[in-house]
Amino acid sequence: MTKTKPKLHFSRKLLAIPYALFLAVFVVVPLLIVVYYAFTSDDGKFTFEYVRVFFDKNGNGLKGFLTSYNFKTIMRSLFISFMSTIVCLLIAYPVAYIIANCKLKNKSTLLLLFIVPMWVNFVLRINALKELFVWLGTYNKSDAWNIVNTIIGMVYDFLPFMILPIYTTIIKIDKSYLEAAKDLGATPAKAFVKVTLPLSKAGIVSGISMVFLPSMTNYVVSNYLSFRNVKIIGKLIDDYFTGDLWHDGSFISLILLLFMFLVTWLTGGFDEDEQTNTRGASLW
Amino acid sequence: MAITTAKNNLDNNTKIIELVDVCKEFDGVSVVENMSFYVRKGEFITFLGPSGCGKTTTLRMIAGFEMPTSGKILLNGKDISHLPPNLRPVNTVFQKYALFPHLNVFENVAFGLKQKRVETTYVDKKGNSKIKKEKIPKAVIAEKVKKALEIVDLSGFEKRSISTLSGGQQQRIAIARAIVNEPEILLLDEPLGALDLKMRKEMQLELKAMHKRLGITFIYVTHDQEEALTMSDTIVVMADGSIQQIGTPEMIYNEPKNTFVADFIGESNIFTGVMPKDGQVRFCGKSFECLDGGFEKDEPVDIVVRPEDVEIKPVDEGMLKGKVTSVIFKGIHYQILVQCGRYEIEIQSTSAPNVGDTVGLIIKPDGIHVMKKKFRVNKFTGVITKRNTVEFGDGEFECDVTQLYPNSHLDEEGYLVTAKGEKLDLTDTEVNVEVGLHDITMSDNLDEGGARGNIISLIYKSEYYRYIVRTENEEDYVLACEDLWNENDLVSLIIPKDKIRLSLKVAEGGKQ
Repeated sequence: MTKTKPKLHFSRKLLAIPYALFLAVFVVVPLLIVVYYAFTSDDGKFTFEYVRVFFDKNGNGLKGFLTSYNFKTIMRSLFISFMSTIVCLLIAYPVAYIIANCKLKNKSTLLLLFIVPMWVNFVLRINALKELFVWLGTYNKSDAWNIVNTIIGMVYDFLPFMILPIYTTIIKIDKSYLEAAKDLGATPAKAFVKVTLPLSKAGIVSGISMVFLPSMTNYVVSNYLSFRNVKIIGKLIDDYFTGDLWHDGSFISLILLLFMFLVTWLTGGFDEDEQTNTRGASLW
Repeated sequence: MAITTAKNNLDNNTKIIELVDVCKEFDGVSVVENMSFYVRKGEFITFLGPSGCGKTTTLRMIAGFEMPTSGKILLNGKDISHLPPNLRPVNTVFQKYALFPHLNVFENVAFGLKQKRVETTYVDKKGNSKIKKEKIPKAVIAEKVKKALEIVDLSGFEKRSISTLSGGQQQRIAIARAIVNEPEILLLDEPLGALDLKMRKEMQLELKAMHKRLGITFIYVTHDQEEALTMSDTIVVMADGSIQQIGTPEMIYNEPKNTFVADFIGESNIFTGVMPKDGQVRFCGKSFECLDGGFEKDEPVDIVVRPEDVEIKPVDEGMLKGKVTSVIFKGIHYQILVQCGRYEIEIQSTSAPNVGDTVGLIIKPDGIHVMKKKFRVNKFTGVITKRNTVEFGDGEFECDVTQLYPNSHLDEEGYLVTAKGEKLDLTDTEVNVEVGLHDITMSDNLDEGGARGNIISLIYKSEYYRYIVRTENEEDYVLACEDLWNENDLVSLIIPKDKIRLSLKVAEGGKQ
């Protein structure tokens, strides 16, 4: 006897449900909570009080804001992020390029050399780095050295995140493009500038967003390597929340969010076009 | 017709490019062997051969992407063998187009012109004449790009991005990108391979017309024999890294030099036979008149007969009789198979007999092409066993595996140790085996040799007899022996250890 089972109609759309749920619970709801705290007072009423406190705490207008502790911290944070990203890029691109183009059979082993450090707990690694600075005598030597040490720490920590996407894009570039460029009269240097570099842009952009944004908030690095003398935006938020000033902290979090959007927009992350969409390269 | 008009393009016999004894090896494996030929200015020459025959490698050496291991490449008489590609007046249309995805159509086509520097002499303030390298002005570039796009019939496509173009359009842009630089030679590496049949036919004619109009030398690579016959002034047929035949399409089709060429170009019936005397050839159990000669008496030869050279006649008028086993309509003709005893003969004809009919066949003398039988060594593919012996040709033989790696030796456990000290287990390694004609001996003692079989053929060759021994599983050994054995004798075959030449089998398709 054959029984006809009702056929299970499993549309592919259903596969998106877990992701949508995850997105709602862990991204959208927390964000809304942050926005709620940023614009309400303790008794739950809507207020712009914390916006005012942030921009104009003492009533001195723009001048007051530009000399304020918060503004300086944000600027310092931006500077450290910017420098870390640049240094990472300058180291990562040649490394990724050389590994991708070397004739060794086992490129992944070579790549692993740069990834293995990530397997050691990063607090431990940063502590080790601190000991190294102490030994070198640069630890907490001056304000400038504190900033330099923090940048070195950030670079050390985030370098693999820059190498991997760049490596992925370079290795995917069809060698025939380079041959075509040389065939059309380009010198090897010209071929690199005109073909390899633009075609690896996606990896560079992806690497930048993976280094720039985290290094604004990773205050473990700055705390350990500067004897708590270098304060970045991540630490600022932490201070507000540990000091029970949730509303102020929430508003600064929104400022940070603004920077994230800005960087994503500047690097073309919102482009619809498949070719220029950079997020694809981060799928390593 | 097409050939005679195209010939007008040829600038007498000026050699624009010449290859002299060019060899190319990849990791010790020879891909191109002693290649020598020249290309005349304005010619449309095609390298034709199956994949892995070295045609693309040859093209890449002319383009400058590969350097020859030995030999010379001369361009207008000057040695350019080791010149990098950017300094050669040669442009390539790549198999998969290789259009830059980050640039639009205009930028792709203009790429080469933007790299170019024009040398101009000028007189400076002090009155010295100096040479200045200048970029090509933008307006000139724009004009040239426009013209190139007109030639490939894609005017107005300048602003389009590459990803929005169809395969055929990308193909045309790739051609425009190459010809805009006015190269002396245009190299085309299977450029129509990715197009559908109809588009391919169209592009073949267009390329041919373009060649005529531009007067540039075209070097074309393809594995499609029809494409080669349609387009070329000259065809270079290649196999296993060496040239099989060079000639006009007619010559190659009508007078193939060996069975490989005959088999590769067009359909053909290939027989083995003997030549009792000049002008007479024996195959399929009958004697035929032919136009060839110059062979030894009773020399074994290969005979090629094109399907369209076999005529169907009433039974009593034919030289061969057979039964029609299949008739297939092919558009302009019928493809007919006739079984004549052991032989199946393919015929092309515009009229068709019925399946099952008994028909007579005649082959006119000019339809019979006799060629020297190519046989130098026995070639087998074999496998190394656990005991470092080799299995091939239905038998197992002792061999010297150390010849697979230079300077290697065997350790006590039987592992091969290479010159670098690496330990290799060769079990199940596939190898090519070669054994010379004179290196095999036969014995009555069936357990003495590594394989056994029956003698199926013996031919007296004045100094020795040539035997063919066939094993149970139809592997043939060809060997020479001074003693006389009888046909059908069961013998065992002995090959000395040092006469078995082994080489590693290289995976095909990696490099062409």
